[in-house]
Amino acid sequence: MRAFEYTSPKQKQQAIGLLGTQWNDAEVLAGGSDLLSLMKDDIVHPKRLVNVKEMEELHGVSFTPSRGLRIGALTTLVELSQTRNAREHYPMLADAAGDAASPQIRNVATIAGNMCQRPRCWWFRNGFGLLAMGPDGKSLVLQGDNRHHAILGNEGPAYFVSPSSVAPVLIAYGAHIRLFGPKGARELPLEKFFVIPKREGEREHDLRPNEIVTEILVPPAGSAVKSGHYEVRQKEAFDWPYATASVLLNMNGDNVRSARIVMGRVAPVPWFSAEASQALVGKTIDEEIANAAGAAAVANAKSLGRNKHKIKLAQVAVKRAILRAAQGGQA
Amino acid sequence: MATYHWPPEDKRTLIGKDVSRVDGPVKSSGRAKYTYDLVRPGMLYGYSVRCPYAHAKVKSIDTSAVERMPGVKAVLVINGPGKEIFWAGTDVVGVAAVDEPTARDAVRAIKVEYEQLPHLVLSEKEPDLGEAEKSEWYRVADKETTGDPASAFQQAEVTHEGHYGTPVIVHCCLETHGSIAEWPDSDHLFVHISTQNVPGMGEQIGKAIDFPASNIHVHQDHVGGGFGSKLGVDPWGLAAPQLSKKAGGKPVKMMLDRAQELEAAGCRPSAYARVKVGAKKDGTLIAWDSYSWGTGGIGGGGSPPIPYLLTQTLPNWQKQHVNVINNIGPARAWRAPNHPQACVLTLCPLDDLAAKLNMDMFDFLKKNINLFEPRAKVYSEEMDIANQLMGWKDRWHPRGDKTSGTVKRGLGMAMHTWGGAGHDSNCDVNIHPDGSVEVKIGTQDIGTGTRTSILLVAGDTLGLPIDGIKLLIGDNQYPLDSASGGSSTIGGVSSSTYEAAVNARSQLFARVAPALNAQPEQLEARDGKVQVAGDSGRSLSWKEACSKLGAQSIIAHGSHHRQTNTDLTGSGVGGVQMADVSVDTETGIVKIHKMVAVQDCGLIVAPEQAKSQVLGALVMGVSYALYEEKVMDQTTGVMLNPNMDFYRLAGIGDVGELSVHLMTGPGYDERGVIGIGEPPVVSAGAAISNAVANAIGVRVPYLPLTPERVLEALENANGVEGEQA
Repeated sequence: MRAFEYTSPKQKQQAIGLLGTQWNDAEVLAGGSDLLSLMKDDIVHPKRLVNVKEMEELHGVSFTPSRGLRIGALTTLVELSQTRNAREHYPMLADAAGDAASPQIRNVATIAGNMCQRPRCWWFRNGFGLLAMGPDGKSLVLQGDNRHHAILGNEGPAYFVSPSSVAPVLIAYGAHIRLFGPKGARELPLEKFFVIPKREGEREHDLRPNEIVTEILVPPAGSAVKSGHYEVRQKEAFDWPYATASVLLNMNGDNVRSARIVMGRVAPVPWFSAEASQALVGKTIDEEIANAAGAAAVANAKSLGRNKHKIKLAQVAVKRAILRAAQGGQA
Repeated sequence: MATYHWPPEDKRTLIGKDVSRVDGPVKSSGRAKYTYDLVRPGMLYGYSVRCPYAHAKVKSIDTSAVERMPGVKAVLVINGPGKEIFWAGTDVVGVAAVDEPTARDAVRAIKVEYEQLPHLVLSEKEPDLGEAEKSEWYRVADKETTGDPASAFQQAEVTHEGHYGTPVIVHCCLETHGSIAEWPDSDHLFVHISTQNVPGMGEQIGKAIDFPASNIHVHQDHVGGGFGSKLGVDPWGLAAPQLSKKAGGKPVKMMLDRAQELEAAGCRPSAYARVKVGAKKDGTLIAWDSYSWGTGGIGGGGSPPIPYLLTQTLPNWQKQHVNVINNIGPARAWRAPNHPQACVLTLCPLDDLAAKLNMDMFDFLKKNINLFEPRAKVYSEEMDIANQLMGWKDRWHPRGDKTSGTVKRGLGMAMHTWGGAGHDSNCDVNIHPDGSVEVKIGTQDIGTGTRTSILLVAGDTLGLPIDGIKLLIGDNQYPLDSASGGSSTIGGVSSSTYEAAVNARSQLFARVAPALNAQPEQLEARDGKVQVAGDSGRSLSWKEACSKLGAQSIIAHGSHHRQTNTDLTGSGVGGVQMADVSVDTETGIVKIHKMVAVQDCGLIVAPEQAKSQVLGALVMGVSYALYEEKVMDQTTGVMLNPNMDFYRLAGIGDVGELSVHLMTGPGYDERGVIGIGEPPVVSAGAAISNAVANAIGVRVPYLPLTPERVLEALENANGVEGEQA
């Protein structure tokens, strides 16, 4: 790891001042579970770390029936998974947070860090850049072993998959993210926070180098809502899923009034599937309907050569998440 | 020369008894110090410039920027200009600095220019034999014919042909490779090293740096995994003493990081094959033909011993093997070298042949059991026990679980052999007048329970509890032992310890006999006493007995040599394993319900630790069957998964129920002590692959059995409905 300056401000404004205007001037240190790996592997080498853990206002989870859940940026995955209001009102959020990574990582990793973690693309992690271009300007991903790479949103030049399995859940619930920067606070729907970079040097988040995440807001789920989350994962624990699907159904009796279906680990961003969501509207869920929605979710998917299995696995994840939602309890 | 025999079963007090591992508490509490944990006084940290290319020539090296860098104490060119580099991650220049960040800064400041050369890092694709004979990337390594395979195939009533294989995997030692080297004075080198070979390391280092081996002191208390990859000295292991010398003798610690460990510290060669087998309608196996290929890295390496277990008995077979000469890192012994590959390449096609014959694999193997001589009886007995433990005969179904639902269940089996005779070993047992006892032996405990085993033998022989004996191992100043490889340790150390303890006991009896008014031959050492056998009235406590030594300690020696004919240790074991799996046919995910391992290893010294070896082997077996693969990038030549995110190992939730049975009693005990470290890892891959085929009705040709491979096999089978094997 390269030498860096360590700072630990107590106020948001101070933190913003300490962050730079360019990536690599500084990085935000929260749980550090991803950042330290990136620094040890020399993938990022910030001159300064800005520890944000001393900022009280970034901690804590609160819930009101009218406004929903407010998750402080520094809430750890284990805290979130054990918060009673999250378990009761947003069960698939608590489950996804409690199922990510390993207990050791969940104890330190924060929800904001989970949103801001960098892709696990194995060229990126080996120092070939986020877009993994070879010296001849051709994509290493397209020429190489792309078994874990994107099947949707993969027109290029970005082919990595968004790593978080929690972000798709939050997006299904309609969460917003709040950021703080030199011009004050701004808020955006979480799905807009994730962007597909077009050139090397760009990042995969709508976050400026001198902004920090302060909180995530999840609206009330409503009483007629059912939810289901499914991860296709080979190992029982501590394994990156092949595909995930998070499904929120707004019910009208036995019929689906509207649906939000978000897939994870299939595209450079969490992938909201309008096609799959639309396929459920007005329907009573059964195996066939769920399968058709799964097929709709991957209708535009495209293999890069070695990742054809992910199309099938994403389809199955969507189908199973829908069935889980239909069979499962409220919200 | 005296001959030695293990005591009969009714006389054994500790040998063959379950005890907890003596170093369990220090290991599980973190008090055990591995080489990686040690901090020597004034220690410097070593790191190295590593070649980023899979094949290159070093053109120039510029170290000027670091020679005056504060904190940098030594720079050593390891591969100078003109040297050819054969895999990415090869050490080019080593540095030693006051701390790790400075060493890394120094490495970044060194400029090396390379001329890139063409590389090959893959090996899965079947090479065309004609091209292989001409290409620099391939070498025809083995062509063998026995009998007349062509006419045997003509007589065959059922034949099967298919592809099988297993990829390059790595050892993934949790304690990475490395050492700490220091020069107490210019004539003496002291090395702490993470190794399976404390006794041989001094000579290996001495030869390489032209320094007398006798002046190299090597020490190691614990090693965090070796699996065959820590038998020899490594470039970084030679850099450390040279950097230390340049730094005025200060200790230099050179341990690999995780990426280096996975990239450059050893590969298990891949093995792929197109196999054709033929049988009579009654299931009699009569012919084999294989074309196999695999990588041993740049050196080529051996070929898997196929047809596995059958080369001496099957009358008609032929094989050709092609080495893939590629740039992936050094081939190294990996727990039972070549056997897991050979087992997959043989027991999987046989399983497919059995399916084509509409036979249960169990019956097919029993039908052909004579082909598995000289261990047919062992396998047969083990199969019967495995059948009971798995409920095979009650639960087995023909190919393809026909029950409804997407999750299919299946059973598979395989079997294996190994040598495991004891290696050369020397041991001293010292008995002191105050009753204290020391056992000294220059071996190492590579995590197998060697300490516990030595203490059980010594305690049994001297009639003492194991905590009444001080054991000293892990140092080349103790009596010479050998490397822990080939499952040879237990046979070696148990033999030398037993001989030394018997000799010490004889000397003690000679000195104590007059005090008991007896002849030495009448005495026995039991339950902490020295007594006249059959006359408990004439007895001395161990301490009283030792006090008769006056001022002089007993120093007794025992030694075992491989060539010596002894019944203390033997060679040649058999094992049978069964797997019970589920396969989700929509996701291709394989889950293990249960693994059964039945293993023989002769006389068992430490049953609890022997069982642990089998349990660990099953975990490792599940891991390589389902998850492990060294993924290489042909464009850049580098390993894509040099981390534990994507070089995946089985977790405890992935291995299912593990059931282990060790063969003991008549027919087994009298063969002497035989190693068990390697054999139980051999069958797991083939057994699991066979169970998956039994579940889903089609063969997934190559390990690991990942969702992509399982789905592809299912898809291919659906495309040619009805043609499945």
